[in-house]
Parts: sequence; C-alpha cells; structure tokens
Amino acid sequence: MTLNTTRRSFLASAAAAGGMLAIGVTPTGALAKAGGNALNPFVTVSSDGTVTAILKHFEKGQGTATGLSTLIAEEMNMGLDAIEFEFAPSNPDVYNNLAFGPFQGTGGSTAIANSYMQYRMAGAAAREMLITAAAQRWNADPADLTLLDGVISGAGKEGMIGEFVAEAATLDVPSEPTLKDPSAFRVIGDASVHRKDQDAKINGTAVYAMDIQLENQMVVVIKRSPRMGGTVASFDAAGAQSVKGFIQALALPNGAGVAIYADKTWAAFQAREAVEVEWDFSAAESRSSEDIKRELFAALDDTSEFDASSEAELSDTLAAIEGAEKVVEETFYFPLLAHAPMEPLGATIEPLADGSVVIHDGAQFPTNDHSVLSSILELPMEKVKVNTILAGGSFGRRATPTADYQVEIALAFAMTDRTRPVKLVWSREDDITAGYYRPAFAHKVRVGLDSDGKIVGWDHRIAGQSIFKGTFFESVIVRDGIDHSSVEGAADTPYAIPGMHFGLTDNKPATTLLWWRSVGHSHTAYVMESMMDIAAKAAGKDAVAFRLEYLAGDTPDQQRKAAVLELAAEKAGWGKAADGRSQGVAVHKSFGSFVAEVAEISRDEDGAIKIEKITAAVDCGLAINPDVIKAQIEGGIGYGIGHAMRNEITLTEGAADQVNFPDYEPLRIHDIAAIETHIIPSAEAPTGIGEPGTPPAGPVLANAIAVDGPRITSLPMINEGVEFV
Amino acid sequence: MTIELKLNGTTHHVDAEPGTPLLWVIRDDLKMTGTKFGCGVAACGACTVHVDGEPVRSCQTYIEDVEGSEITTIEGLSSDAAKAVQTAWAELDVVQCGYCQSGQIMSAVGLLTENKSPSVAEIDDYMNGNACRCATYQRIRAAIQRASELMEA
Ligand code: FES
Ligand code: FES
Repeated sequence: MTLNTTRRSFLASAAAAGGMLAIGVTPTGALAKAGGNALNPFVTVSSDGTVTAILKHFEKGQGTATGLSTLIAEEMNMGLDAIEFEFAPSNPDVYNNLAFGPFQGTGGSTAIANSYMQYRMAGAAAREMLITAAAQRWNADPADLTLLDGVISGAGKEGMIGEFVAEAATLDVPSEPTLKDPSAFRVIGDASVHRKDQDAKINGTAVYAMDIQLENQMVVVIKRSPRMGGTVASFDAAGAQSVKGFIQALALPNGAGVAIYADKTWAAFQAREAVEVEWDFSAAESRSSEDIKRELFAALDDTSEFDASSEAELSDTLAAIEGAEKVVEETFYFPLLAHAPMEPLGATIEPLADGSVVIHDGAQFPTNDHSVLSSILELPMEKVKVNTILAGGSFGRRATPTADYQVEIALAFAMTDRTRPVKLVWSREDDITAGYYRPAFAHKVRVGLDSDGKIVGWDHRIAGQSIFKGTFFESVIVRDGIDHSSVEGAADTPYAIPGMHFGLTDNKPATTLLWWRSVGHSHTAYVMESMMDIAAKAAGKDAVAFRLEYLAGDTPDQQRKAAVLELAAEKAGWGKAADGRSQGVAVHKSFGSFVAEVAEISRDEDGAIKIEKITAAVDCGLAINPDVIKAQIEGGIGYGIGHAMRNEITLTEGAADQVNFPDYEPLRIHDIAAIETHIIPSAEAPTGIGEPGTPPAGPVLANAIAVDGPRITSLPMINEGVEFV
Repeated sequence: MTIELKLNGTTHHVDAEPGTPLLWVIRDDLKMTGTKFGCGVAACGACTVHVDGEPVRSCQTYIEDVEGSEITTIEGLSSDAAKAVQTAWAELDVVQCGYCQSGQIMSAVGLLTENKSPSVAEIDDYMNGNACRCATYQRIRAAIQRASELMEA
C-alpha cells in the first residue's frame, strides 16, 4: 500500500520547489505557507490544479471529510467533487483542536465548530494568492479577476489555477483574506452534495485499521485481566503450540495481559483460547454492578459531596419545596455502557528501513499515538509517524486519554525484534469486556409546584463516577472538585426554573471509564426531560406548553431551545396522534446545539411497543452539509434509543457479564420505523452535530411510553418489563 | 490442508486448517478486506458473502463446507441487483463509518435477487441480522426501495 507519509515528503519538497501552493496556520494561529519546514497545510494546490483538503480531524462516519472539504470548496469557488482529501499527519502544534489546547484530536462534536474559520481562511488565502499571481502575469487588476471551478478569468484572459501555482507560492500570504459573503455560498448549505467518503465504503475498497495487510506482518491479540487492576501472575502457552501459525506468547511488561502472536488473525484467536493465565487479583476491583448501584443510591440520600449550583442555596430550595402545593419525586439509574463501534479496535505498527515507525490507526487522538509510541519505543518524535485512516465508528471509544490500545500495540511491538509489522486485533469480546465504559449514574430529583402548577423548587442530586478526574483533561473540566461532565445538561440547563439546586457525589470507579456519545448528557437529559414531563403531568399541563413556560425568556439559549421544540411539535402533529398511538416529547441543548424530538409509538395486542416515528428539529447554527446533519441526527437517535431500550454492562466481582452482541444487542432495522429531521435555518457559527441527537432520544421514548404505561426511571427499559416488537 | 476456493470467478488454492472460518481465509489469505469482521458469532452480518448466490455469514461458515461452491464478496459484485443497490446507496448517502456497509449491501443484493419489490416489512425482516452501530437503518430501508425502483426501470 502507498503510505501517506511518502506523499507527505513529496508534498514538502514540491512546495519548496514552487510546484505546490500550500496554506496552513502557524502554531500561533496566523495563516502561512507550508514549505519544507514543520508547518503542515490545511489546503494544497498542485501545479496540475488538484486542490486537496488536509483533514486535521479523523473520519469515523460523522462526515468530517465532507464538512472540511466543503469549507475549502466554498472559499475556492469549486464544486465539492473537485476537492481531494487526505488526513493530516500528527503535528499537534499545527493541527491542535482549538477546544482542546495543544492537542490534536477529535471529540466533543467540535470538528466543524473549531475548524470552520481556519479552513475557510486557508481556502480564501489560496484563492487570493492565485488571483494575485494571475493579475501580476496579465498586468491586470486583481479586482477584475475571478476564480471559479478551477479557472481564473477576467481582463480578457483565462487560465487554469495550476498554471499560477508556482508564482502564487512565492507571494506573501494575506493575513486576513476576504471571506465569501454567506449570500454567495454555493456548497455550504447545499443539501444535494454527496459524502466525500462514500464510494470506497460502498464498493468494499475502504481501508480501516482492521484491514491493514502488510508484507510479513504478525497479528497480536491480548489476553487481558477480566477485572480492572488484575495482573498476570503466570501463564502457560503449551496448549497454543499445536495451533498452526502460532508464534509466541509474552507477558506485557505492564502486567496487564499476555500478548499472543501468530501469523494470521484466526490462528491468534485460536492460540489465545489455548493460553492459560493465572491472574493476580489482589489489587483488582471486586465490586459487582449491584454493589455500585447500592452505593450510588445511598449517596443520593446522604449530603452531597459537592455543591454544583452556582446560584441557589440548598436551604432555599428545600424551603421552597417544603412550602409547595405539590411535590413530585423520582430516582433514576443509568448502567455502565460499552461503545461497541462496529470496527473492533486495533492498529498496526510498521517498521521502516531508517529505524522509524509508522502506526496505521483510525486515530482519534493522533497526539496520543505519537507520544505513546515515542516513549514506549524510545524513539524521538520525528521517528514516529501517524497514518490516520478511516475509523469504523467510535462514539468516544477511540479517544482514550490513556491510549489503551495504542499502548498495547506499542508494548507488543517493542517486545519483538522490530523487523516485522505487528498488527493488533481486538475481537468483539475484547471490545465489550475490556472496560472504558460510560460510567454508572444515579439521580434523585424532587420538584415542588405551586397551586398554579408552576415550579417553585427543584432539588437535584447526582451520584456517579467521574470521567475526567485523573486524566490530562482534568484541569479543563474539573473545577472545585466538580467534574462538569457529571452535571452538564442539568446544572447548566437553559430552562428558567426557579429554586434549582444541584448536588454531586463521586463514586469510586470499578472499571475504566470513558466518555460515551454525548458524555454527561447521556444521563442528565434523560432525567431533566423525564422530570419536566412528570411535573407537567402533575401541573395538569401539556408537555410542550409546560416546557415553553420555562423557555419564554430572551436569552439566545432559551429562544433557540423554544424554537426547536415548537418546530418539532408542529412537524410531528403534536397532540394529534393517530388512534392507538402515544406521543412523547423531549428537548435538550448539548455541544452548543439544540435538538427537540417527538416520538410516536404504538402497541400490539400483547402490549409490545413499536416506535413508529421520531420527528426531530435541530439548530446547530449554520448548516454546512444539511444531509450530513440529518444523518447524524438519525444515527444519534438510533444510538440513544437502542441503548435506552436494551443495553447495559453488568459486573460480577468486577468482571463484565456481557461478551458480544448476543448479550449486548444492537439496535436493529425494525426497531424504528421512521425518523424525520428538520433543520432550523441559522447564520450563527456552526456547533456540534455528532452527539446532540443522542441525549433526547432516551427520554423521548420514555415520555411516549409513560402516556399510557409505566414511567421508566431505570435503564435499560427491557429490565423494567417493557417489551418491544 | 489445501482447499480449492472459487471466489469472484477465480479459483484459489489455499492452505487452511479445517474449521477455519471462510471470513479469515478471505481476509488474511486472499487479502480481500471488503468483507468485514464485526462479531465472529453470526450476530452482526458485517461478514456477509454470497455462497452460490445466497447470503451467508462467513464468520460462521467453515472453509471445508464451501469447497466447490461459488463464493462472491463485495469486490466481486456485478449483477443488476448489485448495481442497483450500489447506485441507490450512493444516491441516498447511506454510509456513515461504513464498516457494516459491505455486509448490508451483500444482504440487500440477496434480498432483491430473490424478491424484486420487497415490502417494508420484508425489508426489515430480511435485513434484521445486519447491525449498523451508526444506525443508518432508515437510509438502508429507503435505498433498498430505491434499488427496487431502479431495477424495474
Ligand atoms: S462477523 Fe460474522 S456476523 Fe458478525
Ligand atoms: S455505517 Fe457505521 S456501522 Fe454501519
């Protein structure tokens, strides 16, 4: 296979020789030309006229390749089809995620939000420089020239952009190129453009980490401790000797497991079955998920460890509830969840002749790959290259602060003589059992209403396991001991509800933990939107009208949240469900975006529920690729609903009970009959779209079920006696 | 043992132990990676190939059982149904991460080969074994309906 790295060095020398115009930003954020130095570009134009968008964010299906290419296409006045794309090499100085600080990574639905101006500026600078070069050659005024679809014309002349690349590359980069006026957008906002990455995914040629096949490669699989904190005491690989293709079994130096090497994947799996490991569980986690649940519920009844409210005092909230006409109260439980991206994890390290290595990885945090390999393999940073390739889903799983699987492959490679490529393969069983779960959470909420059915007090206690504490993001997210991701979506709700108080208690993790599509919103939205429904019912008010009472203020958040709620209600025919059907509603803000959903369900003669339709309305600022936005809302809803319906990871003495899809059953095609998405037109800066569809999906189903059925406050729903067709 | 495999119209001789899943022979021996590994236990459909025209889960199909059969993978699709399916998939922008899509397409082609105009219930029933963690289901359903239209046109 051809490596990006080869093309990269070609790129650098071509740029230096003037055969390429390459625009990026310097570490301080200024636009600059890329040359043979460390600076990597966002856009390149070669002398044959090829325009390439260099993607600093990886593609896991969320549409980044299409989105970032769109920004370049727009500013260079080209059709999206005419833009090539490739993934950036790891260089955190240049490709850092503005939301993450000096760190290159994708997450928090930030890809478009943090790149929107950067890529447009780079594209606009390239356009201006090409036009200036043509103007100089033609002795014309640049203002008389235009660049359209790869052709510069005006002043009676015409030429392809490639002809001006060499001269453009000698010009100074404009520090503030003129961006196109939104009224002139041709590609941004066009719902008819197609995804840039789809052809290879349709004909089977798309290459994921799982698909890397290098000459003479070995496959390594890991037998890991089934419990967090367990280590290898001893192991016996005698049984593996008879497996054809088995090479060796070695304990990982960090004690976390045994690496089993073979010449092919099936042989490695077979050999792993035959290797027997004696584990040292003396420092291992031994709690079961039932223990954790008990601890969480006990914490809710105790004084909260942290006061997560910035304004209200708990005593005021309690007094308001004390004096209320009516009080409603619920306790909620959310289990551990696995991400289960469709492509199990893995990566390949390839040694090169000059002593450097390349890691082929669907890398969500290339900076992590880079530094982990450099330190474990004891190689200088410049001897490590990260080849970011397509990822078969992530939902947060490929973004581990600990770089779990990159550490595994680096350790496994380090133990060989480093002459053969080593490919790490995870099975689905590895994926489901190896931890890094969405943490378990419990909430208890008491809401007081006055005689007009208005909320007067809201006492909200949360107990759960912190995701960010102990990671290198801790300083960004954790303030005064409070992991903001544990209370986001609740403590910062746009609802103007008086007398709200939030308390948080941390619980000791029993497994490794990780953000899971929509992070804290994956449980807080469920609680907020269930409680709003419960309170509306207690107040004898319509669920939409009741919510709008608390969104009547004039903050942009309240207005935008109200607008999506009204649009979803209108499009869904709120209040006009067909006979025998029930509707539920939920609305939530996350990652800067607003999503409202209305669910319509029916029941068969046995009471089993069918989700007939979800109608969604979204406001994510300026819609760059409307069809990609719709796809992300569809996927976000499916992901949220599927897990709410039937998924949980339970632990017995610290080890996961579920192992593969048969007991971690994915959403299937028959589960949701239809999803319809409406986008609010907006000129605001674009905000997240990969995650915001997920938070309302669980509660919208719960609210629809509660109309004529039980109120589900503990997930998954199938554990509570709910049946689905 | 040496096994003779007829795959995408070509005969291959591969050295594999009995009991080896067809999936791993296709991926690791023949190095054709369009057929994906998702679960290994016939629960996701990512590994779907056609054996004598019928979709099967190659992760649970032993190599010795398909000697002499005609095997088709995503790389070897060429029927009218396949063309219609792939065209419809592109028209409706079905894919997200794409990892499940070879399997989805192999199943969809299997469905349309035996039933040119399936109802929604028939589509849901037939495609139920193909998981998509990105939840592209409603586009899959629409694309199969679109492919059916294309085949009639
Ligand atoms: S890999 Fe064969 S069905 Fe999942
Ligand atoms: S497109 Fe990602 S699993 Fe189906």
